[in-house]
Amino acid sequence: MEHIVIIGNGIAGITAARHIRKLSDKKITIISAETDHFFSRTALMYVYMGHMRWRDIEPYESWFWKKNRLELINAYVETVDTNNKTLHFKKGGSLTYSKLIIATGSVTNTFGWEGLELNGVQGLISKQDLEKLEKNAPNNNVCPRAVIIGGGLIGVEMAEMLRTRKIEVTMLVREDGFWANVLPKQDAKMISRHIVSHGVDLRHNEELDKIIGDRDGNVKSVITKNGEEIPCSVVGITTGVKPNISFLKNSKIETDRGILVNRKLETNIEDVYAIGDCAQQREPISNRPPIEAVWYTGRMMGEALAQTICGNPFEYKPGNWFNSAKFFDIEYQTYGWVFSAERRKDYEAQFHWKCESDLRCITISYNKDNNEFLGINTFGIRMKQEVFDNWLNEKRSLDYVVKSLKQANFDPEFFKRYEREILKEYLSLTETVT
Amino acid sequence: MSTVQRNMSLTGEPPKTINTQQKIASFIGLLGLMVLVLAFFNLNFPNKSLWLTASIIAIGGGTVWFSIAAYANKHEGIKNDGVYFKSLTSKGFWAWILGIFLTLFYVLLYWFPQYLGLAQDGNNSGVVALFDPLSQFLNGGPASQWFLYGTLYTLAILAFGIKFLLKYRHNKYEKLRTYSVMFFQLGFAFLIPELMSRLNSDSFSLPYYDLKNIWPLNYYNFEQYRVDSFISAGDIGLGLLIFGVASIFIITPILTYKYGKRWYCSWVCGCGGLAETAGDPFRHLSDKSQMAWKVERWVIHSVLVFVVLMTTAVVYSYLGDDSSKYWLTKNTFLISVAVFLTLVFAGTWIFKRDELKKDAKLGAIGYFVIIISLIGFHYFSGTKLFLFEAETLRQTYGFLIGAVFSGVIGVGFYPIFGSRVWCRFGCPMAAILGFQQRLFSKFRITTNGGQCISCGNCSTYCEMGIDVRAYAQKGENIVRSSCVGCGICSAVCPRGVLKLENGPLEKRISSNEILLGNDVDLMNYVNK
Ligand SMILES: Cc1cc2nc3c(=O)[nH]c(=O)nc-3n(C[C@H](O)[C@H](O)[C@H](O)COP(=O)(O)OP(=O)(O)OC[C@H]3O[C@@H](n4cnc5c(N)ncnc54)[C@H](O)[C@@H]3O)c2cc1C
Ligand code: SF4
Ligand code: SF4
Repeated sequence: MEHIVIIGNGIAGITAARHIRKLSDKKITIISAETDHFFSRTALMYVYMGHMRWRDIEPYESWFWKKNRLELINAYVETVDTNNKTLHFKKGGSLTYSKLIIATGSVTNTFGWEGLELNGVQGLISKQDLEKLEKNAPNNNVCPRAVIIGGGLIGVEMAEMLRTRKIEVTMLVREDGFWANVLPKQDAKMISRHIVSHGVDLRHNEELDKIIGDRDGNVKSVITKNGEEIPCSVVGITTGVKPNISFLKNSKIETDRGILVNRKLETNIEDVYAIGDCAQQREPISNRPPIEAVWYTGRMMGEALAQTICGNPFEYKPGNWFNSAKFFDIEYQTYGWVFSAERRKDYEAQFHWKCESDLRCITISYNKDNNEFLGINTFGIRMKQEVFDNWLNEKRSLDYVVKSLKQANFDPEFFKRYEREILKEYLSLTETVT
Repeated sequence: MSTVQRNMSLTGEPPKTINTQQKIASFIGLLGLMVLVLAFFNLNFPNKSLWLTASIIAIGGGTVWFSIAAYANKHEGIKNDGVYFKSLTSKGFWAWILGIFLTLFYVLLYWFPQYLGLAQDGNNSGVVALFDPLSQFLNGGPASQWFLYGTLYTLAILAFGIKFLLKYRHNKYEKLRTYSVMFFQLGFAFLIPELMSRLNSDSFSLPYYDLKNIWPLNYYNFEQYRVDSFISAGDIGLGLLIFGVASIFIITPILTYKYGKRWYCSWVCGCGGLAETAGDPFRHLSDKSQMAWKVERWVIHSVLVFVVLMTTAVVYSYLGDDSSKYWLTKNTFLISVAVFLTLVFAGTWIFKRDELKKDAKLGAIGYFVIIISLIGFHYFSGTKLFLFEAETLRQTYGFLIGAVFSGVIGVGFYPIFGSRVWCRFGCPMAAILGFQQRLFSKFRITTNGGQCISCGNCSTYCEMGIDVRAYAQKGENIVRSSCVGCGICSAVCPRGVLKLENGPLEKRISSNEILLGNDVDLMNYVNK
């Protein structure tokens, strides 16, 4: 019987396994060095904040694996011998496969700063990182202040986590607004203000120079590029992630920053595939980055690959881009492309509306040549993916979208609606133009 | 695995979650409670009205102050920080203490009211006596243990209702439904029945009637003494009796069709009201395992069968064969029950067969048991159901379901099993509403395309133990009989995935294994 071996039990690997099981009777083995069972990486923060226990962030009960005949191995794969189709484990032993799916996710990206090896310097990606944080920052006696380097999605989650334990947090952000390399300026500024309102000492235009340790090898402080020394006991490195592929160094599998794959998610070696955070498209798909380190794309690659493996070759063809996050209390959803100043295409223009509360805003991007709707960022107002997906496919105009925004609303019943306010602002702007 | 987990929260030592103001507020609340405890130990308070007022104000005020101190100066938003670190809300020491305290209270209330100071004749003593002045004021008579219970129950819903309002002040759905349960509890459950009993005289008497309490939740509504009393109270009484029947057969189905069972369970019902307010800190304790779901379906439907049988037996037993007193005769009654159930059963079978699948077996068994029993009634001419007297049945139901299940387990065990154990496993009203919600209602929870990140907040904070995530991560609508529409899953979802909605019946139960965002061809292929 064909033996499908999957390295990595994250969303990509598990989705592939589930769908392969649905479509076939193949033998499936899933290997992970992190945990026995699949858990939701996106929910790590809630365990530290006391909203949930570990078992609550595991989407499937423990009987699920046996019932679906998904064999689980807890081991670290040290080498992949593609000639003999064999994996070798760090703890000894090996496993042969007929088809191999690599779904090993990401590791923390660093910039080789001095002092990275000190106790108290850590990222936040794995369960082990979470345990480390629990040890490094259990409360504000052990850890009065933490410094977070980099203002991205993981950085703000880490800040929120630490704030629930009343730990002082300083965040060093290179840009002049939070996540401003991705968000348009006004959006970024609003989120910055919100983060500050939660008691975070947010430093814009500030970067890490080096980390200073004490005699015992613990973090003592950081020194910024501007020369300021900030005492702290934890340094959170959240300057992005990179594919977790170091174990492939001596294999024949071709890699760049990630494992290189074609649209069918095949690597250069036959019967070896890569999906999720660790995969890198040889040719980027439309506006998408070649490495897409988000939950949804991992899931979608898993879904597509399962078809291919079960004899129904399918390309990974993601539809319109979407994503979501939460910055402390402000929910964020995005559909289509809304670019930050630095990444903006020259045809892109934006319409921005912000609510008086400073807790809600939307930014709609459109093509200034033909008014075609290109994408929306919505903060503090929930909107329907399906509706925007259709509008993007139908190439609706900006005018149409602003006037029909009501159809897209997904806020709970009885919530205050803002469509009229948005439309008014829109009309007042267009009037002055025409 | 479980040891790792334990370490994580224990070494956690999160900061003290209670601030100074909260401490003072708790102290004041406890002082208020202390008055009741002292009264229970027969300390005779000189000016009862004054002490009772002081006690109620201290308990209510303490709770409200505590909530203000906890939430008012925080940002609007979800407030679940440290829920699993606090002893009270994570089945720790204080949870057990509270559970035991509540359970003991219920035991006294149901079976030993004399220890609370209830006197059969003569003057009340103890803590019941403390409530005499308020009772005199409202209904003109001395207090009973039920009056005491009703007062404290209402106080709890109001005080913790305010706490809930502060906690979810960013969420208008939550606010409105909390105002609603507070209103129904204070008005319909507490004041109106008390005032109604003021109207009673020797020539006119209505039974105590909480109008929002619908059979089978108030399983006793059609007992002989009540029906007699309704009938003898002339038009008003008859009107109430008709209202009681219409509530379950007409009003309930219409509202449930339009809004789902939430119109009752989260907006009106007193049991639900207490669970949503005082029980809110314990909502995450409900068991989410698939096993619990299986148990739930068996238990709650058994209770439903039990209450139908019991009520039929009781009514059957007092209907005269002659039509001088009751125009219904024994046999007409039995036949109508049988015909009604057959219609319901056949209707569901014919129109909703596909949606029922596994549950169909359960339904068929329940139906079969009832019909066989009805035949049994007939043979044993109504005084007995096989070996049991109707009266025995009634008492057993009252003891097992009415007292042990809904009171002792339902509320006493809030801190251990979560706040809606009764609503989920025991309530026959919920079973009826749920049956309809599952099959014939516009209500559903819709999911937002492919946005779910499987984080588990929704499942964790679902008080009914529904694994909401299991549906959300597949992009499937949530159409579950047990969902009471509390809206908390939607509130806690960090990605805006869930929305409670009333919509058209078509495509209500959708199941798209491939979620939005992926290749359209692939979606078509898989959903073919
Ligand atoms: C804190 C945090 C919050 C996030 N929040 C969001 C969010 O809100 N929305 C969103 O879209 N995305 C979010 N992401 C990103 C998202 O979690 C990832 O894109 C997704 O989990 C990637 O899934 P994956 O299956 O590719 O890999 P992973 O989930 O990383 O799984 C890879 C697994 O493989 C194991 N492994 C690796 N190498 C080996 C080896 N050699 N041998 C054995 N096992 C190995 C790893 O230990 C790991 O268990 C977040 C990420 C983090 C860290
Ligand atoms: S599914 Fe949601 S709305 Fe329904 S009971 Fe559970 S938490 Fe409440
Ligand atoms: S629906 Fe929301 S709360 Fe539930 S698992 Fe998905 S993202 Fe989390």
